[in-house]
Amino acid sequence: MGMWSSLRGRFSLWVGKIFGRRSVKIGIYGPPNVGKTTLANRIIRDWAGEDVGVVSDIPHETRRVKRRKDVKINVDRSSIKLDIVDTPGLATKIDFRDFLSYGLEEEEAKKRAKEAAEGVIESIRWLDDLDGVLLVMDATEDPYTQVNITVIGNMEARRLPMLIVSNKIDLPTASPVKIIEAFPQHTVVPISALKGNNMDTLYDGIYEHFR
Amino acid sequence: MAYTNISGEKMVRVDMISEDLLASMTSAEKIRMILDGVIEGKILVLERGLMPEEEAKLIEATMVEISPEFVGIEIESYPAKERRSLMDRLFGRTKSQARLTVIGSPNQLKTIKKDRGLITALISEV
Ligand SMILES: Nc1nc2c(ncn2[C@@H]2O[C@H](COP(=O)(O)OP(=O)(O)OP(=O)(O)O)[C@@H](O)[C@H]2O)c(=O)[nH]1
Ligand SMILES: [Mg+2]
Repeated sequence: MGMWSSLRGRFSLWVGKIFGRRSVKIGIYGPPNVGKTTLANRIIRDWAGEDVGVVSDIPHETRRVKRRKDVKINVDRSSIKLDIVDTPGLATKIDFRDFLSYGLEEEEAKKRAKEAAEGVIESIRWLDDLDGVLLVMDATEDPYTQVNITVIGNMEARRLPMLIVSNKIDLPTASPVKIIEAFPQHTVVPISALKGNNMDTLYDGIYEHFR
Repeated sequence: MAYTNISGEKMVRVDMISEDLLASMTSAEKIRMILDGVIEGKILVLERGLMPEEEAKLIEATMVEISPEFVGIEIESYPAKERRSLMDRLFGRTKSQARLTVIGSPNQLKTIKKDRGLITALISEV
């Protein structure tokens, strides 16, 4: 079954390429606050000249999946067309009390927690409809979390391509090496989505892995 | 919710779930058992971890239950590289389930330390 669906996936990707119209659907996944929307915005700004989503230092800012269709990325003399899917941050726990320290009122915090939980469910459901994933991690944090393991396990089980993005390398405490050591079987690209560092390497990686 | 012993002291209940029991359960049963256990205040130790698809379903089911009273779960399991046992290698299996998984409420499982072959759960006072 897995083999068949993987073959079918490849076949439709190939047909799409021949006719040059099918975009590759790439999900941007990861825990809250790692910089997924910042990265989605940067990719879309670099290649389509606009923003998609709101960025904030309060976790669970993105609570609905957002798709920007047909973003064409040029690499060398070739190109790849992507649908960029920015997803709500994945979590195994959501406590409305955590939002109070950001100055939210109790009712607002409770509403945010409920929407955040719904957002997680939507993110997980989208895993079934993607051609590949950019798994974003915050390079200043411990990479070995259940959320990261679950995303990686699901991509492996579905035999779908994945790139790990080690974000926030502009920060002094960033340690992309930790991420590389934690997931040695995967390609890790260290970037700063905020500053735009190393984006060319990421675009090369996207072209190599998802085309 | 905490348990008390005969002398009225508060205690944490830890349920060890064997590989055999897990193998006899469907995914839906495992997920229900885990969530109900955590909601009751138990800490669960699974001898064999969940499949990636089950982990995703567990997160989904957890999110359905989120409320001001239930803030979710904490899960810890072994790293992937340590998951490939000798048996896996002999049989040429690349993916196997995690060996040991600890699940509990985030408030109870304050910190879980992972070291080579050892998981130490620091359980907060109840
Ligand atoms: N220093 C630094 N900060 C970053 C970088 N990328 C994102 N941030 C900051 O991290 C915070 C979270 O960024 P978002 O893009 O909203 O994160 P997200 O992953 O989309 O978060 P959710 O939508 O809540 O899941 C914001 O304050 C960003 O400015 C980076 O490369 N370096
Ligand atoms: Mg976001």
